[in-house]
Formats: sequence, structure tokens, C-alpha cells
Amino acid sequence: MLTLNQIHKTYNQGSINETTLFTGFNLTVAEGQFISIVGSNGSGKSSMLNIICGSIAIDSGNILLRNKDITNIKEHQRSEFIGRVFQDPAKGTCPSMTILENMSLADNKGKVFGLLAGVNKKRTDYYKSQLEQLKLGLEDKINVPVGALSGGQRQALALLTSTMTPIDLLILDEHTAALDPKTSENIMELTDHIVKSKGITTLMVTHNLRFAVNYGDRILMMHEGNAVIDATAGEKQKIGISKLLEVFNEISIECGN
Amino acid sequence: MFEIIIGVFEQGLIYGIMALGVYISYKILNFPDLTVDGSFPLGAAVTAVLLTAGVNPWLALVFSFLAGILAGLMTGIIHVKFKVTDLLSGILLMTALYSVNYRIAGKKANIPIFDSNTIFNSGVAKLFPPVLSGFIVLIIVFMVALLMKFILDWYLNTKSGFLLRATGDNKQFVTSLAKDYGTVKIIGLAISNAFVALAGSVVCQQQKLFDISMGTGTIVMGLAAVIIGLNVFKPMKFLKATTMVIGGSIIYKACIAMAFEVGFDNADIRLITAVLFLIALIANGKVLKTREE
Repeated sequence: MLTLNQIHKTYNQGSINETTLFTGFNLTVAEGQFISIVGSNGSGKSSMLNIICGSIAIDSGNILLRNKDITNIKEHQRSEFIGRVFQDPAKGTCPSMTILENMSLADNKGKVFGLLAGVNKKRTDYYKSQLEQLKLGLEDKINVPVGALSGGQRQALALLTSTMTPIDLLILDEHTAALDPKTSENIMELTDHIVKSKGITTLMVTHNLRFAVNYGDRILMMHEGNAVIDATAGEKQKIGISKLLEVFNEISIECGN
Repeated sequence: MFEIIIGVFEQGLIYGIMALGVYISYKILNFPDLTVDGSFPLGAAVTAVLLTAGVNPWLALVFSFLAGILAGLMTGIIHVKFKVTDLLSGILLMTALYSVNYRIAGKKANIPIFDSNTIFNSGVAKLFPPVLSGFIVLIIVFMVALLMKFILDWYLNTKSGFLLRATGDNKQFVTSLAKDYGTVKIIGLAISNAFVALAGSVVCQQQKLFDISMGTGTIVMGLAAVIIGLNVFKPMKFLKATTMVIGGSIIYKACIAMAFEVGFDNADIRLITAVLFLIALIANGKVLKTREE
């Protein structure tokens, strides 16, 4: 359902800092797949997500989503069918607006933002029932500004809002990295629950190798703009964390880290 | 003394409308918009010309509002589409509008409109009983300011208004909502300058004069009102930010009136404004930050 075709990307072209990341990178993602992506810094995993979302332009190649070429579609237009959660919990919500207002905004994605009331009161109960699923007690705080919530609560809310309207693809960009271990565990379970219950095709970048192995049904290890490991569900468990770490270390040593 | 107090409220409310505009650009969009120094007299110039031609003074308010929208659109387009920094886009428009205002005024530096109908001496103003004659300006100004406040409160609670607030808060979130935040910024600046130009129209009608230099320092006055209002009334959580801003404008005008009372005169007014603004900024613990975009 998602195809990256012959992607070429060079940063700072023509300057001394010129770095070529992708030379003919290909990736095919099947409908409903949940892919974990690991790799060291600079391996191209975040760039890949940014390319899919349209935050950075590519030099050549094309991107197909549900057989539609989205290569030249702007980032905000792609957002209509791609949901995204960032590493920074502050990026997924509006701090000065309340939970209810944030959810109302997210609920209206893809529709006209006109002069009707911002909050549709009839939807409040639905929002509350959605918040209840998070088991964080947020359903009793719907009129609290999001800025007053903790990072974990905000990230849970961001997950909820980014999947509120039907989307084709969910992008998780190290979305548990800024949280404490317990909270990141909860967010990961919540992610798994949402992704499975809605059957959303998902790409998740993570530095947590255990998450990468335990969640999702395919794993990619990126290195210098290539997928050095690409294993599906069955193979994934066989590989296990120790083998992954081994490859990971090899790569890192190669890089001289 | 009584007259001074009435004067403070009149002036505070009129400039409060302008401050509502500055609240949109500075506080909601995080955009220190210097266009207002040009859009304020723009509203006055349009009004002076229309009133001289005998146009209904309330209609002049509407046309000033529309002129302000155009000014804000220009600033927004220059900033968003041509990637000129926020401060520079404002300065560009402020400079350009000086000439535009001159042209609108028929190349005259000032237009007195002593003989024309204004919102303060015609139409509803005529319906007031003689006892209230000393309060006509205050009452009408109060009604206009209140109406503008309610319009803004209403707008900020619509879906479009939500998007405006989100743009100032978190641009990435607006992108995630499949909306172009640049467009939202342009709309916000248009509304902001519309409020400012409307205030310019009211001032022109009240002073019965358009003056080419009447806009100088508008932004500082507006920012002072916004910052004073939001800080002074912060403990009163039941008040809306828009109410606080108008309150801030009244406090600001009261400070100026007191300065006159203790012996300062017109020559010192800019200095006093600057000092007041500085005090407000320091009290706020924040200095105007220039944005990367």
C-alpha cells in the first residue's frame, strides 16, 4: 500500500557538507503492516519518515500510497491521510488549548474549518469515551489546558488525536523516546492497542530494541541509507534482541563509534 | 477631575479596539506586527474621505474595517509567501501605507471633518436625552468596543478561530490537521489589522480630524495595553483575555492622563509611552522575541 521507489536524497548538495543518504532506496509496505525501524543516528530512519510525510523533499524517485503518487503533494495535504506522532510530546497538541478543544480540532481534520462553533457539544461524550481508553483519568480533565498535562499524558492524547479520523498510514517518530521507562511502556501498549484495533498500517522508528522486537510484524534495521535487516513476523522472533544488538554493534564499530 | 475620568474611559475604550487587534497578532499569532502604525491611520484616512463625501458614518466604520483587512493581507502575504521576517514585513507595510494614506487623503497631511456627520453626532447619537449629552461619546464608544470584543470572542471559538489559536501555539499541529498554517497566519493578520483600522476610524470621528502622523507609536501603545492588561488582570481568571486587553488599554490611558496631571505635556508623551511600555515588559519578564520566520 506504500511504495518508496528509487529514492535519492543528498543533503547540502554542492557544499563541503554534502552527504548522500539515499541512492535508489526502495521499500514496499503491505496493507495493515506494523513495521518497527531501528538504526543508529544518521542511518536514514528519520529522513525516511520525513520523506514519507513530505517534511523534506527528495531529489528523485517517487512515493506511492494506495496506488496514488504523493511525491509532489505538500506536507499539510498528506496529513489528511497520514497521521504522525513525534518524539517531542509538545508537537502533537496545542498547549494553550484544552483537551476538549484539541480533540475537537483533530476531529475536524479533512473538513472545513469555518465559522461554526469550534466545539461540537454533542461529540463530548464520544471524546470522553475515547479518553477513558487511555486509563489516565483525562476524561475528567477535558477543560484543562493541555500544557498542564505531563509528557506521557500529552503523548497519549497525541496518539488518540492523530488516529481520530480515518488515516491510511500512521507514522511514529521515536514517540516513546522522551518519556520515562514506565510511561514509555504504557504508551507502547496503548500504541499497539490502537494500531491493532483500527488495523492501521504503521511505521515506527524506535531506539528501544525490545519494543522493536516485541511489537509490530516486521522489523527494519537502517544503516547508511539502506535496510541491512528486513525481517518479517516469524523471522523476527528468531532473530531476537541479542542478534539485533550484534548487528547494531557491528555497524557502529564500522562507523568508528 | 470627572471630565478626566470620562476622557480616560473614552480613550481607553477606543484604543482598546486597536489593542484587540494587536492581541491577535502579538499574543495569539506571536507576531509583532508593525503594520498597525500604518493601518490605524489608514482607517482614519478612509473615514475622513468618506465622511467628507457624506457617507453614513457607520458605513465608514465598515469600509475602514475592510481597508484594514487588505493591509493585513498584504503583510501576511509578504511574510508567508515571500518569506520576509515578521518585523520586516510589518515595517514594509507601515512605510508603504504612509504614502497610501497620503494618496487616500488627496495628498493632504490632514483633513478636518468638523462639519461632517459622525457616529457621535448623527443617527443614534441624536436619540440620547439632553441629560446624557456629556456621555454620548463614552456610551457609543463603549457599545462599539463591546461589540468588537464579542465578535472576537465569538470568532476565537469557531473552528476557524481554533485554527488561528493553534497556529500561534503549535504550527506542526496545524500541519497535522491537513491545513496550511501560512494561510491561517495571513487570515489572522487581516483580522488583526481590520480591528486596528476600525479603531482608527473611531478616533478620526471622535477627533473630527485625520492626520497623516496619527499612527506613529500605535504598535507600542497596543502592545503596552495588551501586556499591562493580561498581567494586571491575570489573577481574575473569570475574565476573558479580550476583556483584560481593553482593561489594559484603559489603565494605559489613565497612566498617560496622570502624567499630564503632574505636569508633563505633549512633548513628553512618547517618552512616557516608552517608559510605561518598558515597565510593562520588565514586569512581564519577557522581551519581544524576533521569530525565526
